[in-house]
Amino acid sequence: MAPLLLVEDLRTYYVGFGGTRVVKAVDGVSFSVEAGETFGLVGESGCGKTTTCHAIVRLLAPSARIVSGRIELEGEDLVPKSQGEMRRIRGRRIATILQDPMASLDPLFSIYDQVAEPAYYHQGLRGRSLRVRVKQLLDAVRIPSPELRMKDYPHQMSGGMRQRIVGAIAQAGGPRIIIADEPTTNLDVTIQLQYLNLLKDLQRATGVALIFVTHNLGIVAKMCDRVGVMYAGKIVEMQSVRGLFYRPRHPYTRALLDSIPKLGVREALCGIPGQPPDLADLPRGCSFHPRCPRAVDRCLDEEPKSHALNGDGSVRCWLPIGEPAANG
Amino acid sequence: MKRYVLVRALYSVVTLWLLVTIIFGLVRLTGDPVAMKAEAGADPAYVAQLRHSWGLDQPLHRQYLGFVSRLLRGDFGHSFEKSLPVRDIYFERLPNSLKLGFAAFLFSLALGVPFGMLSALKVNSWWDSAGKMVALLGLSMPGFFVGLVLIIIFGIQLGWLPVLGKGPSAVVLGEPSTWITFWFRDWAHLVMPAFALGWYFSGAMLRITRSGMLDVLGSDYIKLVRLKGVPESVVVAKHALKNSLIPVLTFAGLNLLVMVNVAIVIEVIFNWPGVGQLLYDALSNRDFPMVQGVVLMSGLLIVVLNFTIDVLYGYVDPRIRLSR
Repeated sequence: MAPLLLVEDLRTYYVGFGGTRVVKAVDGVSFSVEAGETFGLVGESGCGKTTTCHAIVRLLAPSARIVSGRIELEGEDLVPKSQGEMRRIRGRRIATILQDPMASLDPLFSIYDQVAEPAYYHQGLRGRSLRVRVKQLLDAVRIPSPELRMKDYPHQMSGGMRQRIVGAIAQAGGPRIIIADEPTTNLDVTIQLQYLNLLKDLQRATGVALIFVTHNLGIVAKMCDRVGVMYAGKIVEMQSVRGLFYRPRHPYTRALLDSIPKLGVREALCGIPGQPPDLADLPRGCSFHPRCPRAVDRCLDEEPKSHALNGDGSVRCWLPIGEPAANG
Repeated sequence: MKRYVLVRALYSVVTLWLLVTIIFGLVRLTGDPVAMKAEAGADPAYVAQLRHSWGLDQPLHRQYLGFVSRLLRGDFGHSFEKSLPVRDIYFERLPNSLKLGFAAFLFSLALGVPFGMLSALKVNSWWDSAGKMVALLGLSMPGFFVGLVLIIIFGIQLGWLPVLGKGPSAVVLGEPSTWITFWFRDWAHLVMPAFALGWYFSGAMLRITRSGMLDVLGSDYIKLVRLKGVPESVVVAKHALKNSLIPVLTFAGLNLLVMVNVAIVIEVIFNWPGVGQLLYDALSNRDFPMVQGVVLMSGLLIVVLNFTIDVLYGYVDPRIRLSR
């Protein structure tokens, strides 16, 4: 059976200065998400995570182009669809949670208006049944006394509450998949856990699949079933969460794991030397080679192809960790 | 909301008092009106009598107190020049200024807001460039220049439009024309001055609408509305428009008042008998009560309008409405 969402060799470039500067934000990304699972997308800022998400719902900045690739939702390719057709997919089949809860609600409309919109446009609910639906959605994200609070405006709510409202909005159209783009980055640490638990509960109740974008590996460990690690517009390693944490294969993944501070260990914190590359001017060969402790001559000239790992997953490296050099 | 309104009202009163005091002082710096009226070598007794009848022989603080106490009773004093109550002269001229101001205001809105929105929605397109051009011309070409060019082309060369005055359906003291004839007759007289006056403001309006709209369209909450699958027409007409109209609303209100009250140059060029021309004449004649009256009435209108806008804001924006 086809996966719920299949992204294949997606390339999304930002073209600026009359075509003279091409930023390859997403450069050959492939992954799939099964119904009900949580797929994590991890990487440093500017590695193309968010552009990947925006490309899936086809809401890119005017300067961005999907150059090639397929995005199949339940077997249907989204790339050739018109914006009008995409509108009927956004909110109804793919919902999104944005990063900043303080900025993602319209200040001039009540919570009711904003939560009701997807159900109004996608399910055609009106009047009483719409009201009942909104109340039920707010209940599901644990807004206390929803009948009262839905008359409120965003400025009357805390950040955590607003992000729960955004969660309710995401649920409102009854989607099969929710893209959560760093949903907890702007929340207090104490609220983060609460919110993650809430998302888990919603997922259990509705069977919705999640694409979870984050740069926090702790959250990945808690939330995700499978993870793709992005670097410079490519997925360099994809594994189950267990595999990723216990047997990282790509040197970049290894470096990310090493740079997590460990409680109770008096050791200097390992960072990753150097800077992420300029996406408009990528190094030859493997994009990670200038920062890679394992780089060999081949890495400087030839770009590694993605190859499957034993079991599941894949890695893009000439010399993955745990394999003898001769194999690479 | 009640407290919010009260606080705004208090601000308004303080502003007005400051204005009263400042204009009282400023107008007395312009020179001696008696010297204007009485020629050099005039009979000293006549000069003294003139000075006395205008109340200028009293010490400043007495003049000020008298001025303020009369103001509180709604009395702006008598014009030096015309020996009529300032209030009557002002209100005789005000409808003319309102007519011109409203026409210019409508013109600036009709040109500025839709084209500003269009520029923002089709940013960096042909529309946007045309909009930039209009705004640039609006802001950089002074109204008197536009007015004179219009007069030369449409008034003199083509002869399509009357050049001077406001037409025969005048509101003259004691001879009121009806409301409808006043507002809707003689529009041919109105076209050029309204265009020249509204010209500058339409450019500013266009830019403000455009930048407000662009800000809102780039915001996260508009992105989320789109991510909900709301039709694009609703995104623009409901969410983006309402949010971007807040700065436009304030700006438009102030513009209207500026156009009604301070259209001095345009009124003088087109010989439009409004309050701007009244102020111009009063200043040239050092007619203190007249100058004070016109400035104070303009100030009063601006303060009242600002107050109204603040209250309106409260209705548009729940963040203000719901705070105590």
